[in-house]
Amino acid sequence: MLILKKFLRDLPAVLGALIVLAAVILAIFPELLVDNVDRINRGNIIMRLKPPSADMPFGTDDLGRNIFERVIVGTRSALTISLFVVVVSMIVGVPLGLIAGYRSGWASSAIMRVTDVFLAVPQLILAIAIAQLLGRGQISAMIALAVTYWPFFTRTVYAETQKVRASLFVEALEGYGASKTRIMLFHILPNVAAPVIVRATVGMGFVILTAAVLGFLGVGAVPPAPDWGLQISEGRKYLPEQWWYATFPGLAILLLVLGFNLLGDGLRDLVDPRLRRS
Amino acid sequence: MLLFLIRRLLLIIPVLFGLLLLTFFMLRLGGNDPAAIMAGDNATPEMIARIREELGLNQPLVVQFWDYLVSVLRGDFGVSLFSQRPVSEDILDKLPATLELTLVALVIATVLGILLGTLAGVWRNSIFDHSVRIVSVAGLATASFWFAIMLQLVFAMGFEILPLRGRLPTGMAPPPDITGMYIFDSLVTGHFAITWQAILHIIMPAVTISLGGVATVARFTRSAVVASLQSEYANYEQAVGYPRHRVVFPYVLRNSLVTPVTQVGLLFGGFISNAVAVEAVFDWPGLGSYLVQAIFTSDYQVVLAVTLVIGAIYGVVNILVDMTQGLLDPRVAEKM
Repeated sequence: MLILKKFLRDLPAVLGALIVLAAVILAIFPELLVDNVDRINRGNIIMRLKPPSADMPFGTDDLGRNIFERVIVGTRSALTISLFVVVVSMIVGVPLGLIAGYRSGWASSAIMRVTDVFLAVPQLILAIAIAQLLGRGQISAMIALAVTYWPFFTRTVYAETQKVRASLFVEALEGYGASKTRIMLFHILPNVAAPVIVRATVGMGFVILTAAVLGFLGVGAVPPAPDWGLQISEGRKYLPEQWWYATFPGLAILLLVLGFNLLGDGLRDLVDPRLRRS
Repeated sequence: MLLFLIRRLLLIIPVLFGLLLLTFFMLRLGGNDPAAIMAGDNATPEMIARIREELGLNQPLVVQFWDYLVSVLRGDFGVSLFSQRPVSEDILDKLPATLELTLVALVIATVLGILLGTLAGVWRNSIFDHSVRIVSVAGLATASFWFAIMLQLVFAMGFEILPLRGRLPTGMAPPPDITGMYIFDSLVTGHFAITWQAILHIIMPAVTISLGGVATVARFTRSAVVASLQSEYANYEQAVGYPRHRVVFPYVLRNSLVTPVTQVGLLFGGFISNAVAVEAVFDWPGLGSYLVQAIFTSDYQVVLAVTLVIGAIYGVVNILVDMTQGLLDPRVAEKM
């Protein structure tokens, strides 16, 4: 309870949590703001490229579709992609980091060398190449991002494990004859959980940004999916007259990523008071 | 220091080898047949078979990899399927444009980030501090390609004060080629009209790329300055009666710069990533747009080569960062 009280005092973090919460609710129940979710891809040529109005706050696109509704429904695909990528990366990256950090030997150095290779080029560049090889589509983008994101978790867990490994209680456990697996799972993992959770929260925002770049460059979602990056790239053709088309999907990205970043910063302050932003 | 440099340079080699291995097998097993793409839509199976033979694509993968490795060590990256020119020539053509862009972005991120961060740290909890925090948090959450488009919308299409795309106005000849970086070349050779145009053209892409960097550097500088200002030596200097700017400028700042400098180096990877999409938005003829085009045309020689070059640049930059840290902090230098 004390930790919750402390969290509630951190205004930006609470704001971030609210943004994320709102996005999750809208992703599950878009009906709250969208009249008919099945109809968002259906155009209406008479209503083509209308500026924002009270009825359609973000205006309409080149096919006469309601941009506001498409942005709202886009929350779902943005959150699905980032959740998938972060969870898969954690499932792969965390155990590898634990093993590499706790044990020493060829397996441990092999894991870290592979991690180094992945971290030697910017993630986006590898992800674009893999997504293109797998063929255009949201699934390819998700796989490509997961394949290139796990090393970040391995790195974090590795560094934290190495710190914990040297501590007295691990030595004591080893003295008692506890098995290596037991020490890793029940004693080291809980101690490295906090940085992993922070990394995952900030990572959600990071993946949303990267996925948007893939959509924008045309290696992610395919039309008529209401993907934010894709909408910006379509809307770009109608600048400067129809400014609303490319502007609002970008604001949606900004808001959601901001939410995850603020929440992640707040969590970091909670779990590691030394890094407090004073 | 020299020993450290040599050791670090040697450590890059296995990483680059792994990277080469990874991209090579990824691209060759990826399904897109470069021979079929090269032959075009109306090719007969015989033509494709002949091209496969010419390119050596019928050999076992291990043999192909070995051949490739040997030629890369000779500096030969093969011929681009798309431009029909040696890939190394293409890269040398495009590299300066990207380097110029990232260097200018790095300068913006460092200067602006340290300036904003220091002022925010000195005027802690003022309105200025809070606005810097809000702007930097938002800066890290902005999709760079979208920000690029918004800048174009406002400054190129709206106010018409900055050029929309490219490195120079159409029709203006580039300056004599020394480094390939237009700003530097035109300054050295005295073509100041070109310098001015090159600066106007680089502002928007460089600002876009540096956005996340300014935010990160400002944040780390601020917390380091706050910590240094609370240290005993700063208290002592204030007690002795040093004016505030004397305390901050040489003493606190030097002690606070180590972390931000490390961050500047780490930013470089982010800058290159951002450059891919930003170069596409601004039609900047650099490595990023070259890579994107190569990926779409399944030009695997180019993808391999560019990935490798970026990996090498990345490795060298990391070494430079460590050395700068050593120059700033004698305690770090001792450990080298």
